[in-house]
Amino acid sequence: MKMAQSVSRFDTLATLVSGLLFGFGLAWSTMIRPESVLAFLTLDDLGLLFVLGAAVGINLVVYQLAPRLLGRTLLGSSFEQRPFALDRKALLGGVLFGIGWGICGVCPGPALAGLGAGNADLLIALAGIFAGALAHGLWAGRPASAAG
Amino acid sequence: MPVTLFPHGIAHYALGGAIMGLGVALLYVTTGRPGGVSTFFSSSWSWLVRSPFFRQGAFLESRYWRLVYALGLVLGGGLFLLAGQSVEASHIPAWKLALGGVLIGFGARLGGGCTSGHGICGMASLSSGSFVMVVTFLGTGIATASLFKWLGV
Repeated sequence: MKMAQSVSRFDTLATLVSGLLFGFGLAWSTMIRPESVLAFLTLDDLGLLFVLGAAVGINLVVYQLAPRLLGRTLLGSSFEQRPFALDRKALLGGVLFGIGWGICGVCPGPALAGLGAGNADLLIALAGIFAGALAHGLWAGRPASAAG
Repeated sequence: MPVTLFPHGIAHYALGGAIMGLGVALLYVTTGRPGGVSTFFSSSWSWLVRSPFFRQGAFLESRYWRLVYALGLVLGGGLFLLAGQSVEASHIPAWKLALGGVLIGFGARLGGGCTSGHGICGMASLSSGSFVMVVTFLGTGIATASLFKWLGV
């Protein structure tokens, strides 16, 4: 019990620090500023390719090697797989996400980190994201007779 | 002229991306969790909404760490200010943030992930589905932003 508790405390701390690094990096890369993302999406400044490249590059190594070399995580749990199956609905989701991203230059991570960096306008975007996720859940969870 | 593709250089982009990557890598190595952000916006509703969809195990089991992770993201932005860095002011109209936000929230959840889930974790997992998703939202994102720029709105 005591052991489980201390593991979960480390787990919470590791999760918090991970988010903190992620948010700090998002701020450093200027991705928390919607104008910066929109300049990328209009192809005026392709610097965000290096943001993606660096973040993916590091994790490509970690995601491919860590499970093989370590077997279990540093806190003793097992490595999780992202549950995802590509289908038409998912593609439609990607299309809608892209349209929203192109309209406002915000996506979920930068919305949170940008709020922390003092851009209170992002509360509007965050409210929108919460509303969109709620609408999705109510729609996806509607009675089976209406599902198709 | 390749120089014009990067009017602000690439150093802070690459360094920022590397710090982000370290955060996602730390989460994976310590807890085994892929650090996508968008599920937070669904799993948090499980505290308020009693419908079966929001009460599914995947949300109930992950809502606590996702909340902590989201809090970390906010604090990370705050730490950037505390470190003496400044952020240029942003002037996106409220209607764009609201409309874009709803589409992002709905689309990310229907699409099983966002720029962090598919873009970083999915691609790092070499998931072919995530590659298709990234190309899809990058494509529609570029088309939409370019259209708005062309229309001048």
